[in-house]
Amino acid sequence: MTMPSPLLRFDGVICRFGEITAVGGVSCDITAGSFVALVGASGSGKSTLLKTVNTLVEPTTGRVLFAGEDVASLKPARLRRRVGYVFQGIGLFPHMSVAENIAIGPRLTGEKLGAERIAQLLELVELDPAMATRMPDELSGGQRQRVGVARALAGEPELLIMDEPFGALDPLTRDALGNKVRELHERLGLTTVMVTHDMAEALLLADRVLVMDAGRIVADESPCALLGGAGGDVAQGLVAVPRQQAERLAALEGLGESRS
Amino acid sequence: MGDIWDILPGLGDKLAAHVVLSASAIGLAMLIALPMAVWASRSPTVSRVALGLASLVQTIPALALLALFFPLLLSLRAVFGEGLPTLGFLPALMALTLYALLPILRNAVTAQANLDPEILEAADGVGMTKWQKLTLVEAPLSAPFIMAGIRTASVWTIGAATLATTIGQTSLGDPIFAGLQTQNWALVLAGCFASAGLALAADNLLWVIEVGLAKRSRWMTLGGIAVVMLGILAALWAQGAGTGERRIIIASKSFSEQYILAQLIGSRLEAAGYSVEYRDGLGSAVVHSAVASSAIDISVDYTGTIWTNYLNRKDNPGREAMYETIRDWEMRENGVRVLGRLGFENAYAFAMRGDRAGELGIVSLTDLGGVAPQLTVGGDPEFFERPEWVAVRDAYGLRFARNRNFAPTFMYNALQSGEADVISAYTSDGRIAADKLVVLEDPEGALPSYDAMLMLSPRIAGDAGVIAALEPLIGAISVEAMREANLAVDREDAEKLTPKAAAAELAKTIGI
Repeated sequence: MTMPSPLLRFDGVICRFGEITAVGGVSCDITAGSFVALVGASGSGKSTLLKTVNTLVEPTTGRVLFAGEDVASLKPARLRRRVGYVFQGIGLFPHMSVAENIAIGPRLTGEKLGAERIAQLLELVELDPAMATRMPDELSGGQRQRVGVARALAGEPELLIMDEPFGALDPLTRDALGNKVRELHERLGLTTVMVTHDMAEALLLADRVLVMDAGRIVADESPCALLGGAGGDVAQGLVAVPRQQAERLAALEGLGESRS
Repeated sequence: MGDIWDILPGLGDKLAAHVVLSASAIGLAMLIALPMAVWASRSPTVSRVALGLASLVQTIPALALLALFFPLLLSLRAVFGEGLPTLGFLPALMALTLYALLPILRNAVTAQANLDPEILEAADGVGMTKWQKLTLVEAPLSAPFIMAGIRTASVWTIGAATLATTIGQTSLGDPIFAGLQTQNWALVLAGCFASAGLALAADNLLWVIEVGLAKRSRWMTLGGIAVVMLGILAALWAQGAGTGERRIIIASKSFSEQYILAQLIGSRLEAAGYSVEYRDGLGSAVVHSAVASSAIDISVDYTGTIWTNYLNRKDNPGREAMYETIRDWEMRENGVRVLGRLGFENAYAFAMRGDRAGELGIVSLTDLGGVAPQLTVGGDPEFFERPEWVAVRDAYGLRFARNRNFAPTFMYNALQSGEADVISAYTSDGRIAADKLVVLEDPEGALPSYDAMLMLSPRIAGDAGVIAALEPLIGAISVEAMREANLAVDREDAEKLTPKAAAAELAKTIGI
């Protein structure tokens, strides 16, 4: 039996902006159905690498293959319909209603989404279908990002790429929406790549964690392996933060118990 | 001031022309500025150059910008042929369009630059092409700011369009300029009210559209656009209704005598069954070329003006020789027919108060030479630069204690108050008689003559009907009759007449 061919392949990707090398040679495969977190400090090149997937950034050298095809050879509009994109800024169009925002991707390729499909998408992200007629400025931050996710899913994409999707949300919303996305990933059989600087989020949601540092992938491990000490210094430095926080919380809890 | 309400209803055709001109200029400016703004938003170099040029245009006074298009279009005739209009709608449209560019361009560029980068990233992220991004995202989000720019441009343009009068385009500036020259303040105010009212109406309508765009209220946006379109259509219709066969266009420069003579000529032609149109308050420089190019059909010009400005001569061969040379030159070079001289001169002359001249025993410029070092001479702002002054100064050895410049109106006051002892007057000016001034004799013939001549454009040079209607005016107007008519228009008291009424009086005086 041969291995299934990867849905996404980075093949020697280098991105330079003038003197700065943002991505310094990344090769890696992402198999269909996996939930991959791309973790690193600010400036490690993770967002740039992600944006080569839907061609918002073109690699200086190297290729990105999506389902076996070089993304540079695909029409951007077609490609981006098959690749749902969610990012921290959300970027809902303020002059369009929720329904129009969700339907924009299919509309660009000449397809009209019916009210039923809009309602279905809103329900997917746990929003009241009655919100379809609202304008974005009437929504809370969390509701807006839910609409952002629904918009990314409207074209029935094979791949979902997310750039710090929950970075601007409060912790409760962030947790709820994270779990929701993981659930949708399972339910819809998606392949998901999520960029985050929060190792805890990566460990809890993903089944594979890529750690980037100075434009290179320095660790490629499962969450369990990372927690078990694998992945090297940079990765362990990132894992140490939530671990120490958890330990201090546990200690506080213990202190409280001993007092009572 | 009750007169204003009588004048306003008569301004309908001026208003219609004003609306059509302003709307065309703003429409054309939008057609140029909006694509340019899109280009500028893609390229910082284009943005800098476009905004720089548009700002540069704004530094040129509107009046100068309008006037500059006349020689420009005249030189373009070499390329586009003689049919290219050099006066009226075309140059006015071009100048006002340039003037309207800046606010539209600047607001559009600023709006694009201030678009939320996250929304633009989202537009790319959902797979929009450049065109889709422009039409679905950038244009609708910039629209309210662009509309604000269009509003500013509209108010400026409607104001500046009043200046189009000076290059022969009918506008609400016609009553303003005519009123300013004849000191008919009701006429000035009526023109100002009408153009200010139009500007306010346009500003408010466009504001409705702007708010409609900002609040995404289709009702307000489309309603506003519909009313604007209706207004423009009504103006177009009103203008179209008036145009039939081409009328005879009569020019006047911006002083009372010219307004009166234009009305006199017009009434003669109307009596002969022609329909006429007036282009009042034209700049002196454009009138001659306008007649030569048949943009205007009839003007009254002066021999001395043509002699120095168009034949570029500085000598003085005497009154008759000068006239004959000009008459032949006009026909040969321009095809303009000089029908004849009206009979009076509007020349430069030196005038003194009668009592003062008597005291000093001055009758002629020769007498003046001896006492000049004790006297102050006053002239209009250009006088001391003109060849006439140089000629007189040298011929009579005039060395005054002081040379002072006055606006023409104030020159006479200065003479009365003693601030000037002698002034450069105009021989046909009504105030010479009214103020009992003495015009000094010129025994050496140093001052060139300024005979008023009736000029016909090549288009009507051979029109027997026109010639028959106007021939009775030749040699019929004495300088006394002209002074009386000028005074009637210039005076400030209850006997003040409009140019039209003064023209009727003049016709009676000279018996035609």
